[in-house]
Amino acid sequence: MSTAVAEVPVETRIHYLNASYGIKSWLFTTDHKRIALLYLGSITLMFFIGGAMAVLMRLHLIEPAGALVQPETYNKLFTMHGVVMLFFFLVPSIPATLGNFLVPMMIGARDLAFPKLNLLSWYVYITGATFTLYALISGGVDTGWTFYTPLSSHYLTTHVIAAATGVFINGFSSILTGLNFIVTIHKMRAPGLTWKRMQLFLWSIYATSVIFVLATPVIAIALFLVVLERAFHVGIFDPAIGGDPVLFQHLFWFYSHPAVYIMILPGMGVVSELVTCFSRKKPFGYMFIAYSSMAIAMISFFVWGHHMFVSGQSVYAGFIFSALSFAVAIPSAIKVFNWTATLYKGSISYQAPMLYALGFIGLFTMGGLTGLFLASMATDIHLHDTYFVIAHFHYIMVGGAVMGYLGGIHYWWPKITGRLYHDGWARFAALVIFVGFNLTFFPQYMLGYLGMPRRYAVYPSEFQVLNVMSSAGASILGVGYLIPFIYLLWSIRYGPVAGSNPWGAKGLEWETPSPPPTNNFQEPPVVAEEPYGYAEPEHAHV
Amino acid sequence: MSESAATNPLAAPPAHRASPALHHQFEELEQQYDASNFGMWVFLATEVMFFGGLFTAYIIYRSIYYPGFVAGSHGLEGDFGAAMTFILLASSFTMALSVHAAREGKRAMLVVLLLLTIFLGIAFLGIKFTEYGHKWHEQMVPGLNFNPSVEALRGAPGNAVELFMCFYFFMTGLHALHMIIGIGLLSVMTILAWRGKIRRDNYDRIEVSGLYWHFVDIIWIYLFPLLYLVGGRYK
Amino acid sequence: MSAESPSVRTYSLVFVALLILAALTTGIAYVDLGTFNTVVALAIAVIKMCLVGLFFMHLSSSHGLARIVVLAGFFWLALMVSFTLADVFTRSWISPPGP
Repeated sequence: MSTAVAEVPVETRIHYLNASYGIKSWLFTTDHKRIALLYLGSITLMFFIGGAMAVLMRLHLIEPAGALVQPETYNKLFTMHGVVMLFFFLVPSIPATLGNFLVPMMIGARDLAFPKLNLLSWYVYITGATFTLYALISGGVDTGWTFYTPLSSHYLTTHVIAAATGVFINGFSSILTGLNFIVTIHKMRAPGLTWKRMQLFLWSIYATSVIFVLATPVIAIALFLVVLERAFHVGIFDPAIGGDPVLFQHLFWFYSHPAVYIMILPGMGVVSELVTCFSRKKPFGYMFIAYSSMAIAMISFFVWGHHMFVSGQSVYAGFIFSALSFAVAIPSAIKVFNWTATLYKGSISYQAPMLYALGFIGLFTMGGLTGLFLASMATDIHLHDTYFVIAHFHYIMVGGAVMGYLGGIHYWWPKITGRLYHDGWARFAALVIFVGFNLTFFPQYMLGYLGMPRRYAVYPSEFQVLNVMSSAGASILGVGYLIPFIYLLWSIRYGPVAGSNPWGAKGLEWETPSPPPTNNFQEPPVVAEEPYGYAEPEHAHV
Repeated sequence: MSESAATNPLAAPPAHRASPALHHQFEELEQQYDASNFGMWVFLATEVMFFGGLFTAYIIYRSIYYPGFVAGSHGLEGDFGAAMTFILLASSFTMALSVHAAREGKRAMLVVLLLLTIFLGIAFLGIKFTEYGHKWHEQMVPGLNFNPSVEALRGAPGNAVELFMCFYFFMTGLHALHMIIGIGLLSVMTILAWRGKIRRDNYDRIEVSGLYWHFVDIIWIYLFPLLYLVGGRYK
Repeated sequence: MSAESPSVRTYSLVFVALLILAALTTGIAYVDLGTFNTVVALAIAVIKMCLVGLFFMHLSSSHGLARIVVLAGFFWLALMVSFTLADVFTRSWISPPGP
């Protein structure tokens, strides 16, 4: 990576980072780019807290009888790991950081539609996180991240109300962010920027925002009802007055299934950007990729009952949910085929962002295929609540979403900070993460298939070898995540200065200086060309 | 990707965008108005899903425990329910008129109409909390003192009556919470209008507040028959 | 600023209609129509909602986008209700295998 020199030396040019100084200029900012960085800091903190829970769990599971903690404590570890990682890291990760930073720039606007609402959504996030961390510090919650009734509403004595309130409040942060993106993308695109000329990252953010807006309120009401039931000792999920605990599961999963698509869709958008840039090729089947994001968002709402096959749900409803779950795999598969076709005969380079993108494609595919085993009721009977499920969703959320997030952070880092990081270390870290990830989670497929249940603090001794492999992998993975933390922070101060477009990529965000000025564009740029205008490679007919 | 017509990121903004009501991220007032309107509609869609969870649960339990729901509904005060319905419809009328006044730039009318709307909202809440008080005295509050003295509310479908009362309190309570927020919002709007800060080029704040208020009214339009009129009131 | 908004006269007519419908809802509750009591009450509620939405909330003069949002809200609510009901009502169709 050559050292690019900016048009004007960074030290004397005014941009969004040095336009004003002092803590108040950050805590009261309405600049979407600064808000993105506020989120980046808080999300990273939550990631390491959730990661610490995971480290403790994997250390505990080295021994069949449990090596570290009491079973009650173990229950709290997996609950807090899930709650923190899902609600406070994965759901906001790409939308609130990369989305906030890039959406206005990619559409040629000066900011989002509602900048103050954007800042409010960060404060709401912080408030939710505070409630949840309070629950963690005052002894933790042990309901599982799923808060199933009647355990959560009736039987437990831990701080369920605090944790549920934290998640409830955090939901409003998501809703406001999604609302902001939807209005912005509809109403503030630059002249000439039609929907079909938008970058694929924008399509994925738009689809994600639709899910944010329609699904999140349902988990809000579900958790609100659990809190009321705990407070008043009676409620609509209480069998004593005729209530049905499974109804909670319906309301919970109506959100939580689309939520997992909230977590993966933005990563897919990032991968579309990375694959095109690092193969120097326009995406194969642009409209298919764009529409498949919308299809995933829609169909994701039809399948939630596949989490409830063994809950007492009607078998007939199960048939329908199972069939629809197979259908939802199709648009995801379309994306994988299109990325692969984009790579074919492209001029491929292997910088760190591309390594993350390639890792995403492979690992997401594996995770997605294993989802089909779970969508099929006959096999799900055996695999439900085993480590197979855990491996499945970690392949998608960690092998997919987190790698997409890291790839995006690395790709847009020069734009965000105006600095280049050391690509050698970045590639090394990506490989460490890849190896550590697979060593952690592949054995878990086998453990689940062999029958090891999830959420158990102890296990039969014949499973020990696979558990030890998994824990070894987790330690490698942990180290892998620490490495970028170090070189990225180092680059802010000591990295070579980046130009406006160090990757030679196509996109509106690359046409402003790095870091961008506060207003991004003073006049909206006029868009006259199709996106991804890379030169046609020879023999590019796929 | 783009042909940046005169895009010097460091240039000064052109004069036509110097209107004080125009926020910096928008190009024109029309765009700003559209965005704020659209934004409120999207928010209302989230509210549909939020209340929707309660409506979903209600529909399920009503179909399973219909007699209990009938018994519970007959225990509610229908005239209060009707009165609240009329009051809210009137408040929607005054709200619509206030948006009209804002659009016409009529400051005094706007303030009066907003105050009327707030007053009607407070009247609604007054009746609602009186009702809650009655339910407390009749020992019909689930979890706190559910022990109804009326024979028809005990017995075989008795437990489902407690379930129905849960819905009564949760749904009307959530609705009342939204009314309180709406009254707060309108109070802020009244103060802004009083100070002359609402003009023809920025009345979208009133329009958007109106949308919220009308939505809360629509929720009540459904709550009234679903809670107060289950199984009719003929005997 | 935007499309034409209804006149004061229109608002007043709509208000009167709403009042009549509310009175109708209350009155019909005192008549024994069996299951139709619920149907009629809800039908009137839908009409009231349409009046408030179209006229007070300016949907009749709004962009198509606002209407799409409204339809999306209803569609998603209907989805949640119908699939959940489908579960609850069909649970008894297959009894668990047993001796």
